[in-house]
Amino acid sequence: MPELVEIRLHGRGGQGAWTATNLLAMAALREGKYSQSFPFFGPERGGAPILAFARISDKPIDVHCMVYNPDIVAVLDPTLLGPKVVEGIKDETVMVVNTQDPPSKVREVLGTSRGKLWTVNATRLALEVIGRPITNTAMLGAILKATNVVSLDSLLAVTRERFGGEMGEKNASVIRKAYEEAVPE
Amino acid sequence: MELGVAKQEVMGLTGDEAVAYAVKQVDPDIVAAYPITPQTIIVERFSEYVADGLVNTEFVPVESEHSALSTCVGAAAAGARAFTATASQGLALMWEILYIAASMRLPIVMAVVNRALSAPINIHCDHSDTMGARDSGWIQLYCENSQEAYDTTIQAWRIAEHPDVQLPVMVTLDGFVLSHTLESVRVLPDDVVKRFVGQRRYIRVVGHEYKEVPLVLDPENPLTLGAFGMYTHYFEYKRQQAEAMEKAKRVIEEVGREYGGISGRTYGLIHPYRLEDAEVALIGLGSTMGTAKIVVDRLRQEGMKIGLIRIRSFRPFPREELLKSLSHVKAIGVLDRAMSFGAYGGPLFMEMRSLFYDEESRPLISDYIYGLGGRDMPIKLLEDVARDVKRNADRGRVAEPIRYVGLRE
Amino acid sequence: MSIKISEMAGWREIPVAGVAYRPSTESKTGDWRSFRPIVNEEKCTGCALCHFFCPDGAISLVNEKAKVDYDFCKGCGICAEECPVKAIEMVPER
Repeated sequence: MPELVEIRLHGRGGQGAWTATNLLAMAALREGKYSQSFPFFGPERGGAPILAFARISDKPIDVHCMVYNPDIVAVLDPTLLGPKVVEGIKDETVMVVNTQDPPSKVREVLGTSRGKLWTVNATRLALEVIGRPITNTAMLGAILKATNVVSLDSLLAVTRERFGGEMGEKNASVIRKAYEEAVPE
Repeated sequence: MELGVAKQEVMGLTGDEAVAYAVKQVDPDIVAAYPITPQTIIVERFSEYVADGLVNTEFVPVESEHSALSTCVGAAAAGARAFTATASQGLALMWEILYIAASMRLPIVMAVVNRALSAPINIHCDHSDTMGARDSGWIQLYCENSQEAYDTTIQAWRIAEHPDVQLPVMVTLDGFVLSHTLESVRVLPDDVVKRFVGQRRYIRVVGHEYKEVPLVLDPENPLTLGAFGMYTHYFEYKRQQAEAMEKAKRVIEEVGREYGGISGRTYGLIHPYRLEDAEVALIGLGSTMGTAKIVVDRLRQEGMKIGLIRIRSFRPFPREELLKSLSHVKAIGVLDRAMSFGAYGGPLFMEMRSLFYDEESRPLISDYIYGLGGRDMPIKLLEDVARDVKRNADRGRVAEPIRYVGLRE
Repeated sequence: MSIKISEMAGWREIPVAGVAYRPSTESKTGDWRSFRPIVNEEKCTGCALCHFFCPDGAISLVNEKAKVDYDFCKGCGICAEECPVKAIEMVPER
């Protein structure tokens, strides 16, 4: 991973993409790193495609514009797979996709041979563990498996802190499960 | 007297949360505010602090921004520490009270989360709102990141209440780019902040019956404030305000240095970056100047002698400091995130051009209007700007004085 | 005559005064919905209150019964709240 890691999450309003980048940023803080987390503000509403961004670095982060060439891309909702997802990606960009399809099929939809693809069925895991198709935390587990951008322990700690009680445990559990199940292409 | 840098906790805070947290630690007597995007989080968080009993502040939920600032005016005149926060249309609605607060010399602190003005309605960042208020008599401090929003909010009380100043202070932060971006923020312990801001002090004035009294409403020592001032006196009061602004420069620097002593983060009127041997300089305000540092670093690697200055204090305008820092620079690119329709260039460009009029050697100065209504300013565009300024320096003249950056032609 | 203006038109091309030149019908807002209003036609009396209250103009009367245009209904639930005979029920979309 480069010195400054830039992350872009694709989700739908209400799926918690911004919460996810906040959790990543807080986990990084916990490790003594510097971080940023911010949403792309389009019209704010449930169901609409949205982007959330995070930056993580060992040094203070001065840059204050959107992320154009992400090192990590994650897609929280399979219905969002398309050209928007691969915009600005590099050969070494890690793409983590919530899907029940095999990687070859995801590649076909994405229409690119660039990037390193990881897949996980986050919707199934979220339904099993949390009981609702909110995939943000599951996707974080998969991102960590693919990149180690922060440690699993840090993420679990901030997740428990953020949700608390039973919800904290369920989200921690779905993170672990996704961490185990995420597979590279 | 200070005992050195305090131990600080690192928190993940958005710019708005950072402001709210600073205000919580200052624990002012009164906060009167009306929520407006993208300032909303400040009011939400602070009202939570009030509800949770973490502050002693009287929170006044008002029906408009006009009332918010009016409440602060009344409270501050009665001796209270008063805070409010707003953005865009809210600041516009405060308009007449802005001048009253400054002219009555009330040390109110206000966070303004920069947002474009209607029409069309837009909730995103530009500096049109505070630039419009630049002549209202308020001190204006522009922040680069969430850390600064926190630090500056604390310093603002000391600057506003200084006996030589006695002026209200606007702490501005870029809408969404800072207000809604979670960042690492180092926060001081409550007691360190409390000690730093201390108690509000009152200057002494000659009031009724030629008696010298503190400048604060008090039934025992009645005062008349903001009354009728004819052509016989009005002008002199205005000259006093100009004097206070002038003196504020020294105070802003002193407070910024003292704050550095307790936090390790020192602030001034301007913040230069890699300017020592620069031929080319970018000048601007707010969060974009953080991105501009990356651009300076990249172009330095290519061998371009480039640096930048971020202006922290736009009012008072740091004339001497800028002249000194820029004396060796060949060409300056001004970044304006606001327009002054019908004028020759944006507000900062006008200041910069007039700044050098009396100088024997004048740098080439070109204006780059950018980012209106929240249009993003990516590294790539800023690089284009820097290269344009460099071309001016190389050819020894400004090819195009005013350019719109990132606009669809 | 209809003049087509692209979404990425420059400043010279778009109309002045902040005029909104794209018809709102180009943005189907139905996918904003978390709850879907279901009209019980047995109960509906065709009083049209829902039509008048709907902030999106997404309810019309067809054969004297309320009919929701799901391409534009954002699922706010005002219709269900205002219906005097409780003929509209809000059900989760997913």
